[in-house]
Amino acid sequence: MSTLVESPQTKSKREVIDRAVIRFAGDSGDGMQVTGSQFTNTVALYGNDIATFPDYPAEIRAPAGTIPGVSGFQLHFSSKEVYTPGDAVDALIAMNPAALKVNLAELKANGILIVNSDSFQETDLRKAQMESNPLEDHSLDKYRLFPVELERLTRLALEEVKIDAKAKARCKNFFALGMCYWLYNRSMEPTIRWIEDKFSNKPLLVEANKLALRGGYSYCEATEAFQISYEIPPAHLSPGVYRSISGNQALALGFVTAAQKAGLTLFQGSYPITPASDILHELSYYKDFGVITFQAEDEIAAITSAIGAAYAGALAITTTSGPGMALKTEAMGLAVAVEIPLVICDIQRGGPSTGLPTKTEQADLLQALFGRNSEAPIPVLAASTPADCFWTAVEASRIAIKYMVPVIVLSDGYLANGAEPWRIPSVDEIPPIPVKFADDPATFQPYLRDPKTLARPWAIPGTPGLEHRIGGIEKQDVIGNISYEPLNHEKMVRLRAAKVAAIAQDIPDVTVDGDPQGDLLVISWGSTAGSIAAAVKAQRARGSKIGHVHLRHLNPLPGNLGDVLKRFRKVLVPELNLGQLLWVLRAKYLVDAEGLNKIQGRPFRQAELEQKFVEMLPTGEKVQ
Amino acid sequence: MSTATLPPPLTRKDFQTDQEVRWCPGCGDYAILAAVQSVFPELGIPREKFVIVSGIGCSSRFPYYMNTFGFHSIHGRAPAVATGIKAIQPDLEVWVATGDGDALSIGGNHTIHMLRRNVGVKVLLFNNRIYGLTKGQYSPTSEFNKKTKSTPFGSMDRPFNPVSLAIGSEATFVARSVDVFQSHLKEVLKAAAAHRGSAFIEILQNCNIFNDGAWTSLTEKDARTDHVLQLEHGKPLIFGKNHDKGIRRKPDGDIEVVALGNGISASDLVVHDAHHPRPSYAFLLSHMEHRPGFPTPIGLFRSWDDLPRYEDVIHDQINAVIAKRGPGNLDKLLRTGDTWEVK
Repeated sequence: MSTLVESPQTKSKREVIDRAVIRFAGDSGDGMQVTGSQFTNTVALYGNDIATFPDYPAEIRAPAGTIPGVSGFQLHFSSKEVYTPGDAVDALIAMNPAALKVNLAELKANGILIVNSDSFQETDLRKAQMESNPLEDHSLDKYRLFPVELERLTRLALEEVKIDAKAKARCKNFFALGMCYWLYNRSMEPTIRWIEDKFSNKPLLVEANKLALRGGYSYCEATEAFQISYEIPPAHLSPGVYRSISGNQALALGFVTAAQKAGLTLFQGSYPITPASDILHELSYYKDFGVITFQAEDEIAAITSAIGAAYAGALAITTTSGPGMALKTEAMGLAVAVEIPLVICDIQRGGPSTGLPTKTEQADLLQALFGRNSEAPIPVLAASTPADCFWTAVEASRIAIKYMVPVIVLSDGYLANGAEPWRIPSVDEIPPIPVKFADDPATFQPYLRDPKTLARPWAIPGTPGLEHRIGGIEKQDVIGNISYEPLNHEKMVRLRAAKVAAIAQDIPDVTVDGDPQGDLLVISWGSTAGSIAAAVKAQRARGSKIGHVHLRHLNPLPGNLGDVLKRFRKVLVPELNLGQLLWVLRAKYLVDAEGLNKIQGRPFRQAELEQKFVEMLPTGEKVQ
Repeated sequence: MSTATLPPPLTRKDFQTDQEVRWCPGCGDYAILAAVQSVFPELGIPREKFVIVSGIGCSSRFPYYMNTFGFHSIHGRAPAVATGIKAIQPDLEVWVATGDGDALSIGGNHTIHMLRRNVGVKVLLFNNRIYGLTKGQYSPTSEFNKKTKSTPFGSMDRPFNPVSLAIGSEATFVARSVDVFQSHLKEVLKAAAAHRGSAFIEILQNCNIFNDGAWTSLTEKDARTDHVLQLEHGKPLIFGKNHDKGIRRKPDGDIEVVALGNGISASDLVVHDAHHPRPSYAFLLSHMEHRPGFPTPIGLFRSWDDLPRYEDVIHDQINAVIAKRGPGNLDKLLRTGDTWEVK
């Protein structure tokens, strides 16, 4: 698949390849997230398809140089379609022994290993609990090892800049980034523009970072250290204008778009929590769209203020993660009872309790579906990729307004921080979201329902003649007065359930990717979509009769799912939990589905999925 | 909403609903409801502009009996719901009806944060020093060692003083009245209605079922004059049946009760200043009732309206950003940052 060409700049060879996985790893203070983001932005701008996996500790700064302090950023970029950030790493940049120790297992044999040799002193090794120096003990012989004195070389590159030694040392990540740009034949221009913008008030830092970046690039050119460099041509993405986008950015933009399309003020009630806070950061910036962001005193005030805002006529959202969802539980029930539009975003993380705040997990599904007192059904949607978060936000808002219901959106830490190219839609291609506030006192009844959607009217305070009372106490059908009447209660419980079930009329049937029927159906939801799609595709290429269904709607489920399940001999539900969707599907469809469950705070690897497929497929079809 | 044509004047009846009032006969809540229903029509505000928000408890049934917009939310959360409403519609007249358990126990966090933000919401705290709806447990305002269903040997925690708590939260309007002092209560309600920022009114209220006589030390015959100090802005702090006692500053800044006469006159007493920008004087007043020989003040402890309302700050900031950046353009927003084109 690769072609060797003579590099025009140097005597080294340039190889054209179709994909690469690169990981930057260092101490939390080494700027690995910035380095990874810059590399991502550059390759995305060039036109590669990408997927990223930032992996950082919960502590802002764990003790420097230690294992818990290692922060990593993985990027998969390609001239072909990219589904995942990649299983195995082609090139690892390790800024210290701890980063090397944590990440080495994922580096391919003969992979490129760039290490900052200045940080392999005895104390550094001790912090990483290493007994001997891996740069000297031949334990790294199976890799293409490039020990580089990053600190000394950066210092030399910055000799003339009048900043202190500490500030100079902080530029070493950009020296490494410059090396990577040379290695993959990428322009430094986007990063130089970013440096100039970022440090526009600090000209010395502009100079320092640019010198470090160029220093790394020139170092490779001059020393011919790598002998070979790589070229990954642009991918064939569908025509359009693209940008790189993370899941949290996409959710924020999706809600601004939905509010604009509905002609409503966007109100966000939120309490800071990892990994959801970036949605608050993003939205707080969009005051020019009239967005109101309310950083509440706690998770409960975050949702109840949003309920108040929705009652007053806003598109109201609240954004959180699992522990915050737990606190919002009672208020979600209130939103169900008063039947107002509200979108609740749960950016899942490892649990229970505080769990793994910065790591990904899919274990809040049952909480989203059932985690409320009594019969309190709420529609649930899950985003599948960072860019899909945009469309999920728009759709959730549409459902909330149309059906006058709270809606839960599930994302997770992997989507929230991961990035991919997003074909930016034209605003005109997104249909408007119709909103009708009640305004006729002659016909108004607080719980008079639309016959098709079962939605009650949205009657906002300030409307003359519509004075009425609502609340969490059971209401009399149509009229809305307090009612403890037994049959009325059952009727209202069934009406609220029927309303959520009616949303199925807006949900498209699922389609099976791969074989429409056969030996194995793999069902995914949420952020595992990419790795499962890639694994199914690979398995199918080996001749297996295998299909893949991805569920975006988890309540209500698509109408034809039961029929699809029957068309396969076996059903597999891989999830980053102990089998929550599995539990739902088995209960609802009486299907003897199996789970593949991983609860490590990390996404699935394609290889582990394929291994499970092979176990479940007929023996004769196991293909080497 | 045009105000060019004046709406027909509203009456007390306009604010009554067809719902049967379900408080116990003799409950202090009736008196509070009557006072509110008689004050609202006098405010000159269209009925649809009123929203009553409540939490959970006897007092929180209040919205059902007021023919305005009403939101009976969940336990303790009324201030947060009200904040959301005010953020979206700052010109609504939003009142919270709450109790000592709702506002100070389960909802204590929301109460203090709403007050510090100075959201333009009026809080009616019905303080009967007991949990009524759950049938008689002690509350965060119950006196120490109170014997209740949940504390048969006496309660062990010390109570909040709601007025002190509100002043400590930097509330810009803090007042106290009593359910049975109808004319005083109405005056306080009117003063609160005229206040733009957060207004906090503690209404001492009797629960004749679970805590009967909660405030008789203030409301029974003679007590009103002997033990109650009626605060009036610009007037000296005088109380007692014969107007013969007063509050005087001591050289160390503290206060003392003095008998008038024998060379001590009204001019020696503290003159009430409800409009002081700093809360320390009001806080000092709020604590005097806990000291032997001191009266319990009622009226306006603090009424300082120079702080902008939270909802106005929100919209001022939005307008300032729009003035600077221009109104948001969605196409441009989606294309923020580095983009590239695939042909």
